[in-house]
Amino acid sequence: MAADTIINWGLLALEPPGWGGVLLRGLLNSIQIAIGGYAFGLLLGVGGAFGKLYGGPILRDLMECYTTIVRAVPELVLILLLYYAGTDALNHVLNLVGIGTVDISGLAAGIFVIGVVQGAYSTEVLRGAIKAVPAGQIEAARAYGMSPFKVMTRVTLPAMLPYAIPGLSNLWLIATKDTALLAVVGFSELTLVTRQAAGATKAYILFFCAAGALYLALTLVSNVFIKIIERHSRRGFVEQS
Amino acid sequence: MTDVTPPDVTTHAMAILPEDLPTAGSFFKPHRIVLLLIAAALVFCIVWFMRWDWLPQYLPRLGYGIVVTLAMLFSTSILGFLLAVPLGLVQVTGPWPLKALASGFCTIIRGTPLLLQLWLLYYGLGSIFPQTGIRHSFLWPYLRESWPYGVAALTISFAAYEGEVMRGAFAGVPAGELEAARAYGMSRWTLFRRIWLPRAIHRALPTLNGETVLQLKATPLVATITVIDVYAVISKVRQDTYITYEPLLLLALIYMCLTGILVVAFRYLENRIPTRGA
Repeated sequence: MAADTIINWGLLALEPPGWGGVLLRGLLNSIQIAIGGYAFGLLLGVGGAFGKLYGGPILRDLMECYTTIVRAVPELVLILLLYYAGTDALNHVLNLVGIGTVDISGLAAGIFVIGVVQGAYSTEVLRGAIKAVPAGQIEAARAYGMSPFKVMTRVTLPAMLPYAIPGLSNLWLIATKDTALLAVVGFSELTLVTRQAAGATKAYILFFCAAGALYLALTLVSNVFIKIIERHSRRGFVEQS
Repeated sequence: MTDVTPPDVTTHAMAILPEDLPTAGSFFKPHRIVLLLIAAALVFCIVWFMRWDWLPQYLPRLGYGIVVTLAMLFSTSILGFLLAVPLGLVQVTGPWPLKALASGFCTIIRGTPLLLQLWLLYYGLGSIFPQTGIRHSFLWPYLRESWPYGVAALTISFAAYEGEVMRGAFAGVPAGELEAARAYGMSRWTLFRRIWLPRAIHRALPTLNGETVLQLKATPLVATITVIDVYAVISKVRQDTYITYEPLLLLALIYMCLTGILVVAFRYLENRIPTRGA
């Protein structure tokens, strides 16, 4: 009894008898996937938001289907479906082209899966932000004869940023936490390596709390940066009381 | 503080809400009819060319799994909401130790993944309990099962997210209404019960609905600690039959239907609550 309650901090050592190094590598994997997935999701989101607002009726409906499905089906189910279907489909295509099958790295598949889910969320966030931009600004840009692409890069995107940043920063925090779901498909990110470490040493509480602290640290550090970015993006706005 | 923004923006981006539902008339546009026909053809191909012979055998278990999922959803949402009201209230008016405790709780729970919390409770507490005296208590038959840990984790997570929402809602009730109630001589408890809580819930309702949809989307995680919900039944099908896609497609369809029913129910409820000026 007493031996179990005294915490064996040596288990968290960075060198191999301890599991600290393994946990940190897991955290690094999680961060990589979160960054990649978030960036991929943002790309999809910009495309989706513009498609939803300015696209033709068919494109608009297809985008609506995409966001509706992602918003109605649990992430875990989507991740399983995309993980298997995505890798399978890619190998099918490669087979048809004649290259043969490739082993898709867990990292790439994870980024793809998280990106598709994040893409739907950021589509909605960005759509709301673009709608908050005063229509006169976009009309003025058009009146100057700017091409639609130039209107987007020079006016719409910069002007919507202050409205989008709160939602987008929440999505970043969600992306970091969604990477934990990849544990279910066997990708060795932080949550899965924690479970392996805990299973091997039977120090469940210690390792899960350590991983929790790492996730929390990631969130809190992100928050510091988010605050800075938010303040920067809102310069020139009237301070709300 | 984890809260950098009113959470309702993100909730809406992640969960479908009543205002997203299509109206019946919106389907009768030429391009939509074509799209619907294409979708119907796709569904027909899926039904015709893929393997569904396993379905009748597993149908009763699927029904049981759906019931477990719904039970998880409703029990944890209700319990979580009951916890969220004091969590939100304390953050608005409580003395500072309680305030710090509540906001720290919300930050920690919202800053770590639900899957990790679930595994911490199940594996962590599950490994401690057998060593303590609980084995001989009346609770042991329940604590030996996995579902109490699932309910606990989902409830805590819902309470933390909802507590943040309720904090905003309590703070957002106009001070004049509370002062008017006090001027009528209402006691603190009467004021809370008659004015503050109903007005706060009313303000938080759209976000509450969204959070409940998000809670439904979180329930399949309990399958990772061997609770037999609908997701676990589908996993069993996949293990037994070595079929990859068909069960997952069916699972996605089931969740879409559940979400749809939930959202329609919320629209019905929202329409029944009178709003001034609407």
